[in-house]
Amino acid sequence: MNAKTIPIQPASSKSAAFEYITTKKDELAGWARKFSLFPYPFVTACCAMEFMAVSGTPYDTDRFGAALPRFSPRQADLLMVVGTVTHKQAPVLLKVYEQMCEPKWVMAFGVCASSGGFYQNYAAVAGIDKIIPVDVYVPGCPPRPEMVIDGIMQLQDKIARGKHPIITAEF
Amino acid sequence: MSMLERAKQRLASAQEAAIAHGVLVVKLAPGDVLSAVKALKSEFDFDLFTDVTAVDWLGQKPRFEVVWHFYSTKHFSRVRLKTRVPELEPAVDSLVTLYGSARFMERECHDMYGIAFRGNPDLRPILLYEGFKGHPLRKDYPKQQEQPLVPYRT
Repeated sequence: MNAKTIPIQPASSKSAAFEYITTKKDELAGWARKFSLFPYPFVTACCAMEFMAVSGTPYDTDRFGAALPRFSPRQADLLMVVGTVTHKQAPVLLKVYEQMCEPKWVMAFGVCASSGGFYQNYAAVAGIDKIIPVDVYVPGCPPRPEMVIDGIMQLQDKIARGKHPIITAEF
Repeated sequence: MSMLERAKQRLASAQEAAIAHGVLVVKLAPGDVLSAVKALKSEFDFDLFTDVTAVDWLGQKPRFEVVWHFYSTKHFSRVRLKTRVPELEPAVDSLVTLYGSARFMERECHDMYGIAFRGNPDLRPILLYEGFKGHPLRKDYPKQQEQPLVPYRT
């Protein structure tokens, strides 16, 4: 009864609650973020029609929390590059990407944004990944809405699996 | 005599003139283009300047053929003018004094084929960008040559 209880000290000076939350916070933040994608549609070409179709009621990206386009890159976290990007436009695309706040993801929507497609000439950029990093590629000319939804779901999986460094040592 | 027939006879300086598929097609020397267009506009009501473009006949001399299209909104008829210019000095007279829309169309033709339009005050790139070297619709422009403005990620 009189035995003295020896408290277990964590190896570092951080508290046990911090230690526990660091094992789960990526999961929590990823779960929250994957259902609140705010897309910025960088729409340049005919794939826009398919973007409208996938945003509309029959397919409804709102089911994935990705329905509300923000027309300011500062409010968006998913850059959807929809259509062909020319060399003349490339500085604009880069500027839009750089203005987006972290965390941010990029979807190459359609074959032109993914690889340049059939435009292999002086005017078109052969894939936006030559300029900005791309998280998910949705090929097709244009892609079916099902493919776009599949791309969004793959991106959601990627976000859920990813690291989300939101909690710092000062927590 | 139809209006196109009269226009054909009026352009006496033409090297070749024919009416094909309802279009008057006239081949001219480069120096005769401006006066021919003036006559077409003032005497035959060709009031709409539709297009100016060029054809690159690589290997032939003279190499380039500049092509103009005009439309008459009064007579509902069309005319096409052609002239050949050499590779070393591909220059023709500008039509900006007659048609304001020539400013932009000549800029595009200058972008794509490098045809100089004497009298156009502003031949900056319109579809291409500053610093683009060469003229991409010339047949000797390499098909896949890119001139990126943003350095590629490695």
